[in-house]
Amino acid sequence: MTETVALDAAESSPARDGLLRVENLVVDYAGKGFRARKFRALTDINIHIGQGETLGLVGESGSGKTTLGRAVLGLAPVSGGKITFEGQDISHATRKQRRVLSRDMQVVFQDPYTSLNPALEIGEILAEPLGVQGMEATAAKMRVKELLDQVGLPSDAIHRLPREFSGGQRQRVAIARALALSPKLIVCDEPVSALDLSTQARVLDLFLQIQKDTGVSYLFVSHDLDVVRHISHRVAVMYRGEIVEQGPAEVVTRNPEHPYTQRLLLASPVPDPDRQEQRRADRHRLLEEQRQQAEQAGVPA
Amino acid sequence: MTESVETAALTPAADNPISGSSGQTGTVVRSSAFKRILKNPLGLIALVILLGVVLLAAFANVLAPFDQNFANISKTLAAPDSVNILGTDSSGRDVWSRLLFGAQLTLLSALLCAAVAIVIGLPAGLVAGYYAGKFEAVANWVVGILMSLPGLIVLMTIRSAFGPSVWIAMIAFGVLISPSYFRLVRSAVQSVRNELYVDAARVSGLSDLRIITRHIFSVVRAPIIIQTAAITGVAIAIQSALEFLGLGDPAKATWGVMLSEGFKNVYLTPSLLFWPAFAMALTIGALVLLGNAVRDALEDGEKIKHRRKKTPAAQDAAAASAAKAARTTVAAVEAGTEHHLVKVTNLGVGYPQADGSIKKVVDDVSFHVDRGEILGIVGESGSGKSQTAFSILGLLPDTARIVAGAIQFDGNYTVAPGEDKVNQGRLSKLRGKRISYIPQEPMSNLDPAFTIGYQLVTPMVRVLGISKAEATTRALKLLTDVGIVNPGRTFKAYPHEVSGGMAQRVLIAGAISCEPDLIIADEPTTALDVTVQADVLDLIRDLQRRLGVGVILVTHNFGVVADLCDRVVVMQNGRLVEEGPVREILREPKERYTQTLLASMLEGKEPMSMLVPAGSPATASSIAKENAL
Repeated sequence: MTETVALDAAESSPARDGLLRVENLVVDYAGKGFRARKFRALTDINIHIGQGETLGLVGESGSGKTTLGRAVLGLAPVSGGKITFEGQDISHATRKQRRVLSRDMQVVFQDPYTSLNPALEIGEILAEPLGVQGMEATAAKMRVKELLDQVGLPSDAIHRLPREFSGGQRQRVAIARALALSPKLIVCDEPVSALDLSTQARVLDLFLQIQKDTGVSYLFVSHDLDVVRHISHRVAVMYRGEIVEQGPAEVVTRNPEHPYTQRLLLASPVPDPDRQEQRRADRHRLLEEQRQQAEQAGVPA
Repeated sequence: MTESVETAALTPAADNPISGSSGQTGTVVRSSAFKRILKNPLGLIALVILLGVVLLAAFANVLAPFDQNFANISKTLAAPDSVNILGTDSSGRDVWSRLLFGAQLTLLSALLCAAVAIVIGLPAGLVAGYYAGKFEAVANWVVGILMSLPGLIVLMTIRSAFGPSVWIAMIAFGVLISPSYFRLVRSAVQSVRNELYVDAARVSGLSDLRIITRHIFSVVRAPIIIQTAAITGVAIAIQSALEFLGLGDPAKATWGVMLSEGFKNVYLTPSLLFWPAFAMALTIGALVLLGNAVRDALEDGEKIKHRRKKTPAAQDAAAASAAKAARTTVAAVEAGTEHHLVKVTNLGVGYPQADGSIKKVVDDVSFHVDRGEILGIVGESGSGKSQTAFSILGLLPDTARIVAGAIQFDGNYTVAPGEDKVNQGRLSKLRGKRISYIPQEPMSNLDPAFTIGYQLVTPMVRVLGISKAEATTRALKLLTDVGIVNPGRTFKAYPHEVSGGMAQRVLIAGAISCEPDLIIADEPTTALDVTVQADVLDLIRDLQRRLGVGVILVTHNFGVVADLCDRVVVMQNGRLVEEGPVREILREPKERYTQTLLASMLEGKEPMSMLVPAGSPATASSIAKENAL
């Protein structure tokens, strides 16, 4: 199944790109101080995500990939362009609309240490979104048990505090909270970057399993090309607030066209000394080529 | 750096099958804050005193033998007897009765003052802290004005306008003092306003009111209680001061009025002054102590007492004498091992626990590094890799103990067998000069108050004993060496003016500035972007070859290991799992743990496939480990 999905998603059929569509999005942040110049975090962003699809968003720190996720969630100001979710314009959704939207759109943040309120028990954290949607306490309790089971946590976790758990487990709690309302889209903001290697593998497995079981879509933000390649159907590469390249995961992460993506691909080291030496040499050759091209184009490198 | 130290030190669960499973599998016991206040002797005393005063005040009508203003003209300034147990004042009123009624009025009006201040300050602080914007700007102006008003003069004005009512005075004082709550609440809210869990609550569709009451109010609750204890005390003092000046209501008994009254007769009957002053001192003191006790109870869960080693006395003495002997004359290292640059032998590092046991975070670790060699220490968080590196550097926290083993550097012990601490005297001669350090977080390791140039030059002047001008020339050359295009500009820049990758280059320049023999790099590229990481790795490789130094590279990334290292040590839970040449470890790992780690790498995996095969023994045990935490 995974194969076909990956290929299908390559050519966006109308049925597939129905869920989330971002068109010509611009995000400006007010500068510091009186009459300061605005800071443009995102310029002319166009992406779309279909049902059951994962769009991987990769880029370096400060490239705007997190801001894009936050804009979709309504946590960053939209200065221009349009965000539509299931055909509905949500660029400037009110709090009330957001509350309805929260049934379909959820988030998993990077840092499992600050994304859970340290003063609340796990059960309370998980019941919170359910309560907002008006679910009764007993029904909510059942659902919380189900969720804990779904993310592989013991049921006695309900009455424990976040600090009693390791990073990987906290991230499972955060995933369970996102799943609570069976959303259609989860924005994942670097959800595995703070985790150990073996924990990261298990959490990625969990994301894939959940997608298989529930058909949820992901907007998966990460700085790690390997992670994005592993989990995404399509990949968009961000650089300095713009999307420089976007397409099927296999193509973008193996034979990228944009010079930045090429640099990114060769910069990530491989766990074998000889192949890494090869990759290092390739990288140096690429950097040299790009430098020469830039010189020929008359742009200082 | 500190983070990894703390993780290892404070999360016993993460790294600990070694030291027994005491308290690691069961649920953690949470003692309530109230119980902790009761356990604190000062807190208990304060509570008992306050409870006593409150009860006396509450039952004043029953307990007082006379009315507060009942005057027996024939018995003025009387000494204590069986009828007037504390004597009478200049009008023949019973001191004990007045003290009780006074407590009622004094305490109630002080509480009113605190209540007024909270009612104004708390909501204003919550709103200003959470929404910021215009409301905050206006509120700050108002607060500025309120705080610049001379309180006592305003209170006197109010008295002359509204009459000598203690209630009005205390309401006015409550308004005047409300900025203290406002500021407290606002800064507490600001500190959590942008926490991710508040964002998550917003995404969940919680209304602002729910977010504030549920997620934000819990943060300000404790400071409010502490502040209220202090404010109530201040209110009592201010109120009494006003009344002492004769601005009180003479028809009502309060401690301040009694004080003023007693002062008039201080030469005749000093005890009239003593009793109200004593009541005030007791109450205010108890309030302050209670505030402190609440803070202590909320701030720290358990304090680990610093105890000496818990070994039997004889063993203790033996160890002490051995350590003493070692301190006076450092034992010679084992013959035939002098040529190793660093040799760590059976090293154990532990932290004393509250129950007297020692929790080991590094256990029986041995390896060596030769000149011109790069050794990688690989492991996950809590594996003890950073602790091992820090014990070579001698930068372990004070609470850490070397519980076993030895470390030698260039043929001399820095930690001799039997010593329980790193010998700072011996190490400080080496550190910075012959052993240098590249940290994980470049930005937090540069002082924002000084220019980069200053931070490079000062150590060189100190360690190498060269002149400032010479050090400056050297620093500029070093900056060029680490690939900085415009060294002059970077030299003059402050840390916030350069990027993270640039800052790491500066720290690497600093690390090689004093021509060390050994560089210890603790996750030197983890905080950097991948493209910058590649550049920094190139730089480290290049410098290592050029200078021929030994490098210990602590990392969790096998790609980085493959890129740089000659040999690898794999660590797990404080123990050394496997050691060998890089090709051997990465291609044919013998130990199951190393295999699991390498299998978790995404490189070369089928996209969208499960990474951890279900039911594999390694998985089962690691999930069990994860769940046991």
